[in-house]
Amino acid sequence: MALLEVRDLKTHFRTDDGIVKAVDGVSFSIEKGETLGIVGESGSGKSVTCLTIMGLNPKRNTISSGEAIFKGENLLTMSSSRLRDIRGDDIAMIFQDPMTSLNPVHRIGAQLVEAIQLHRDVTKKQARARALELLKAVGIPRAERRIDDYPHQFSGGMRQRVMIAMALVNDPDLLIADEPTTALDVTTQAQILTLMTDLQKDFGSAIIVITHDLGVIAEIADDVVVMYAAKIAERAPVANLFKRPHHPYTWGLLGSLPRLDADVERLVQIRGQPPSLLHPPRGCRFHPRCPYVMGVCKTVEPELLPAADERDHVQACHLDVETKDREAAKVLAGTMAEAS
Amino acid sequence: MPAATATNGGARGDELLVVEDLKKHFPVTRGIIFQKQIAAVKAVDGVSFTVRQGETLGVVGESGCGKSTMARCVMRLLDVTGGRIVFDGRDITRLSRSDMRPYRREMMMIFQDPYASLNPRKRVGFIVAEALEVHKMGTEAEIKKRVQELLEVVGLNPEHYNRFPHEFSGGQRQRIGVARALAVNPKLIVCDEPVSALDVSVQAQILNLLKDLQSSFGLTYVFIAHDLNVVRHISDRVMVMYLGHAVEIAPRHDLYVEPKHPYTGALLSAVPIPDPEVGRARRRIVLEGDVPSPINPPSACWFHPRCPRFREGHCDVETPPLTPFGDGHFAACHYPLERWPMTEEEIRHSTRQPVS
Repeated sequence: MALLEVRDLKTHFRTDDGIVKAVDGVSFSIEKGETLGIVGESGSGKSVTCLTIMGLNPKRNTISSGEAIFKGENLLTMSSSRLRDIRGDDIAMIFQDPMTSLNPVHRIGAQLVEAIQLHRDVTKKQARARALELLKAVGIPRAERRIDDYPHQFSGGMRQRVMIAMALVNDPDLLIADEPTTALDVTTQAQILTLMTDLQKDFGSAIIVITHDLGVIAEIADDVVVMYAAKIAERAPVANLFKRPHHPYTWGLLGSLPRLDADVERLVQIRGQPPSLLHPPRGCRFHPRCPYVMGVCKTVEPELLPAADERDHVQACHLDVETKDREAAKVLAGTMAEAS
Repeated sequence: MPAATATNGGARGDELLVVEDLKKHFPVTRGIIFQKQIAAVKAVDGVSFTVRQGETLGVVGESGCGKSTMARCVMRLLDVTGGRIVFDGRDITRLSRSDMRPYRREMMMIFQDPYASLNPRKRVGFIVAEALEVHKMGTEAEIKKRVQELLEVVGLNPEHYNRFPHEFSGGQRQRIGVARALAVNPKLIVCDEPVSALDVSVQAQILNLLKDLQSSFGLTYVFIAHDLNVVRHISDRVMVMYLGHAVEIAPRHDLYVEPKHPYTGALLSAVPIPDPEVGRARRRIVLEGDVPSPINPPSACWFHPRCPRFREGHCDVETPPLTPFGDGHFAACHYPLERWPMTEEEIRHSTRQPVS
């Protein structure tokens, strides 16, 4: 059985303008020790998916449905006290912005000790020893002295290390990292990504990484979910996604990246803007921006199905597999058709 | 210290911008009434480069390396501490506000944050027209026509003239920023991280737009970014900055294929490659620690405390000058990389021939 199995997850927000369908039928699963990457642009619903799993959406105006089965229990229907036991213990989260997700008026050590004592019946001294051990594990130099520093005394990369230490204090089975390296410089990003993969080996946690950077996905993910406008456009093992991408949106994402290892005169641009989730387009949600749009795309919503014989590689697009393979090859060669 | 000579080759005479030994130090003071300077943040400390007519100079470096401060000095938005800025043959380093005015329309800037750089209370038409009005470039009707043309050029609907910035998405706002910079027909546009705040698909739109505009209007860009992929895509030559210094300047291809400075090598090896086979097979050079404080920078070579090729008694004693490697490729290192790619192990143990 999978560690976490998400089935037909929907999160709708009531707003003054109407109902925003921020997540609209998302399914995936993750095994122990595995890394799942969720990639998509701003507003595609990748963060909301994880906030829903963690039960962190504002209750008042959120309507959620579907299932998120974690070790046999449905996270969406459990009591808030049970959820509080799981959060920070079995499931931990790393947020994007290390500048704002630590409390500025408490010392690093005190914040770590609090996280430990919430879930473990240990003395303050034991908790502090554990905190120190973790700060060392994430590579904070002179941890014995830095444990009593305030967050503002740390640089961005060091703060992100503290966030990771805090997420790991209770040996979580699942770690959700929402854009863990977006606010960091490339050299620091490389340090943090290396740290995360090393820690995964040592602790055996499963990791969900949310990012907009396909480069980060390629470096650390085992499986990838590509989200577009609140739905999954494509889900595949990482090698498949980059070698044989099936969805025109994935092609657009790959083509729009300037690359270090290839010279391209012009980048592929996906025309237009992502749609409003108040009134998503009929049929396939990508059809107004898709260069391969056909009549059927405008009326019939494509189902998430395997395009070829690979069972674990599913996509939601009406194109036939021959066209897909032909066009995907062009994208990978750097000559994708561009909509005018 | 690199000498105050133009250090990056190329034919003389077609340089639009020459910067020589540029320095900008911010004072650190103590006391409220009687302020006493106790130290200086050496944000930019001796940077020299030239930008030729019609080319794009990319500037890369990590946060705090002084790339934005350098840009603001070049634009004369900050007063420099030392050095010379020559724009279009005239020294503008110490021009007064009024003497500077005719040059203001020759050089424009595009900013990073499309949300913060547009006045939320002004209509788009006003924002784009403002520079035209300041420089009295036409009657009201002419200006309006010009603004509508500009909106069309950058791919916006000219009918959106009367809208407010909040009615546009991030990518569209950045297009407004581009239209504003283009309005007065500048020769030089300094782009300070123009695509960092945008999603990849929108980023591609803006990069393509900037390239198209360059070929149609013969623009010259100084393009600042921390993303090496983006800089590679758009630049003709690239300058790598570290701690207020230029550590390497080279034509684009040379810099990415044969980097000489170990810091450039570390930056290149840290960039994630969107291809799992290539990316995971590659060996990274992971730099230890953080960038040192520019208040109290390391002695001699600024990179020596983090450098895998550091040699005691040389790198921490003698400052490496920017040394030519042919074809306009310069690097400031005593022990430059012999080939690329190299692994960290190789870099540490390869025969280190000092540059004479």
